[in-house]
Amino acid sequence: MIPLEHVIGLSAILFTIGTLGALTRRNLIVILMSIELMLNAVNLAFVGFAWAWSDLGGHIMVLMVITAAAAEVAVGLGIVIAMFRNRDSVNVEDVSLLKW
Amino acid sequence: MSFDAVLFYLFGALAVGSALAMVLNLRNTVAAAMSLVVTMVALGGIYVLLQAHLVAVIQIMVYGGAIVVLFIFVVMLLNLRSDSFPPGRIRALKLLGSAVGIGALVRFLGALGAHLPEARALPEGFGGYRHMGRALFTDYVLPFEMTSLLLLAAIVGAVILAKRRIGP
Repeated sequence: MIPLEHVIGLSAILFTIGTLGALTRRNLIVILMSIELMLNAVNLAFVGFAWAWSDLGGHIMVLMVITAAAAEVAVGLGIVIAMFRNRDSVNVEDVSLLKW
Repeated sequence: MSFDAVLFYLFGALAVGSALAMVLNLRNTVAAAMSLVVTMVALGGIYVLLQAHLVAVIQIMVYGGAIVVLFIFVVMLLNLRSDSFPPGRIRALKLLGSAVGIGALVRFLGALGAHLPEARALPEGFGGYRHMGRALFTDYVLPFEMTSLLLLAAIVGAVILAKRRIGP
């Protein structure tokens, strides 16, 4: 039997790694990948609770999150390509116009 | 320790290790994307252990099969073999932020387990396509239909972004 605490703990560890990656890296593609990692960590928590409480709502939510992630990646990578065409770079420091 | 638990810790260690490899890989973006595939597949294995069979299949098909391929495609399209940006100006702030994040994680892990309920026995076929399909088309039909709107918006956005040359 797998303890639920360990599932949620693994999810928290992956979420932290994803957050730190998204905040500290400056390659836009790696930032998008870190965001995917955070979404995956949340999915793991959903599946863990669905398993512990035998509730299918968690699984449905995971399907919705996966759909949102796919849409986000399609649009996000489109933005990356548009940015690379204009700036010739995928460094987020080069597009800091809206940053104070 | 049961066989399930051993597999869970194995897949968990694999997921954490490859996630760290993805975030800490400062040199090669393709290798980072490959580490992401390993994380996704390890999480798919954990989903199988947690009786989420349909979700595991979709995880491997959509994440391992579609999303990461899209990432690698863009990395290769932009020819980003090397990922060597100069070190940031605010290094101390980043280190401080990382320390705070890891501290919050440690605090959370320490508080875990005090309030979680015991796991219940699962019904037969839980997480299979039969249960999932019935739930998806009865109780959750509205979110399911709204997902199609989201996908339509994403398709339109991606096509417009790819088509038009945005001025400087």
